[in-house]
Amino acid sequence: MKILQLDNVSKTYNAGSQPLHVLKKINLEIEKGDFIAIMGPSGSGKSTLMHIAGCLDTPTSGKVIFENKDISKLSEAELAQIRNKKIGFVFQTFNLIPRTTTLDNVQLPLIYAGVEAEKRKTRARETLEQLGLKERAFHFPNQLSGGEQQRTAIARALINKPSIILADEPTGNLDSKTGKEIIDIFKKLNKEGNTVVLVTHDEQIAKNARKIIRIYDGEIS
Amino acid sequence: MEKFLETLKLAFITLKSNKMRSLLTMLGVIIGVTSVILLIAIGSGLKIYITSQFESIGANILYIMPGEFEFGSGEEGGGMQGAGMAASKLTIEQGKDLVRRSTAIKTVMPYTENNATVSYKGKSQTTQAAGVTYEYTKIRDQYPESGSFFTLSQQEAGKKVVILGKTVAEKLFGENDPLGKKVTISENKFTVLGVLPSQGALAGVDTDNQIFIPVTTALTTFDMENIIGFWLQAKDQESIEQAKIEAEEIMLRTLDDDDFSVVDTESLLSVVGQVLGALTVALAGIAAISLIVGGIGIMNIMLVSIAERTKEIGLRKAIGATPKIILIQFLIESVVLSVGGGITGIIIGVLGAALINQFFPAVITFWSILLAFFVSVIIGVIFGVVPAGKAAKLNPIQALRYE
Repeated sequence: MKILQLDNVSKTYNAGSQPLHVLKKINLEIEKGDFIAIMGPSGSGKSTLMHIAGCLDTPTSGKVIFENKDISKLSEAELAQIRNKKIGFVFQTFNLIPRTTTLDNVQLPLIYAGVEAEKRKTRARETLEQLGLKERAFHFPNQLSGGEQQRTAIARALINKPSIILADEPTGNLDSKTGKEIIDIFKKLNKEGNTVVLVTHDEQIAKNARKIIRIYDGEIS
Repeated sequence: MEKFLETLKLAFITLKSNKMRSLLTMLGVIIGVTSVILLIAIGSGLKIYITSQFESIGANILYIMPGEFEFGSGEEGGGMQGAGMAASKLTIEQGKDLVRRSTAIKTVMPYTENNATVSYKGKSQTTQAAGVTYEYTKIRDQYPESGSFFTLSQQEAGKKVVILGKTVAEKLFGENDPLGKKVTISENKFTVLGVLPSQGALAGVDTDNQIFIPVTTALTTFDMENIIGFWLQAKDQESIEQAKIEAEEIMLRTLDDDDFSVVDTESLLSVVGQVLGALTVALAGIAAISLIVGGIGIMNIMLVSIAERTKEIGLRKAIGATPKIILIQFLIESVVLSVGGGITGIIIGVLGAALINQFFPAVITFWSILLAFFVSVIIGVIFGVVPAGKAAKLNPIQALRYE
């Protein structure tokens, strides 16, 4: 089953005198259960590709079909709802909210989805347990190690049972041992049937994926 | 609703995590609301006090004052006309005329007021000397607690007799009995006939610091030709309108229209009410400026707070917060700040008014609390909407990249 399809997707920024073509007619298909690594040097357009795939951005031209629905022309609020229900983001810098506990951080997407408090808490606890963070539910982000913070972020990405998990350099801020643990989690999640897209510039990390897409100067090579 | 409650909870967590900043931000609104509440309380207190003072005098009293008396809607462009400030052309003879010709007026009391120094055996007291008639006691329903008031014959003979207010009696005589003693007023010896009971103080002004002498004696002692005004007492409450009409007609026989005014308690009160009302609004308006300053403070802090949390806003948007939710989140934060300040200001204002009321009339009115509350809500919304709108419009990708 196709989850995401990019048809001739281009992204152009009009910065300065010359237009900047960040993505040039990209065609890409992501199937359910895929584990894809997107690789490329900085400035290659891999982040922009991930943003468009993650419904954070819309293309200048071309079509983005997410679960049989063209999303290239949706409003910001409509895109927010797709991100909320269908996409799980994991970032390099974890991006946890510092003032709230692990449990509250994890249940945040459910708040935006309008799920009631009891259900939210149960789901958040289950997800934390799944990632071995049961004991950390009432800790604040600054009381957690880097690996624990990233696991919390993964729990947050998983809580809405997304169609696709997008991870942007998830090991970039971690030491290699912790980084490997995080990659193992993605591998396990993929085995359980989740679709995972990993953006990285690290060959060793990319090797863990079942498919590698290399992007250079806005084009898939 | 679920989202709203969570957002409200979040606003409290956020503001609590920055206690000092939140408190300082609220301070502007606290000061503004407190001063508005206090000023309105003092204005209302004063109005109620003055009204009750006049009401205690009695409803069937009229006053004749020199000059024209009006306020606000005057034909010559409004403003306080110089009632009582114009040179008086009123005389005791006109008073006699009033009694003789009128059917509805029971009593006419001409009066004068002068600053005077009363002394006795080296002690002296600066006070207000009121020249009145023997009917003063009946009109004011105030009788000496010791001794007696002067009589009609003493008044007509222009005797140098005096009735002391409580304060004057205590200052000059202490524990000793002042009755029959001779005090000096403007180089004249006056015999003390009586002492009036205490009336208390208003706004720090001692109403017992007063002495009463016959109005005829007052004119000669202070070398004046005219009196300051008349108190008229109508036969009863029903004849007050009739008394007013008659008084005007009689006075017009000897004076011009703009030389005097006949004023009843009600119109006097309405003028006092208008003056105090205008004053209260003006003062509260000035205090309200600090509310605007407080609002700007809130806006400033919200802008700082949003800049600091740019990355967090990006994250929230990435995981599904719509622009509307972000807008509401920050709007709630600024409203919580301003309403928190408003409620604190109301509490301080109410306590402050209770404290002030110990020595100056101050009355908290329900509408002023309601007004202060809604103004603080509105300030939170007005000064919160710009920063919140800015947060809502942030591009999620750029916000996530923000360091």
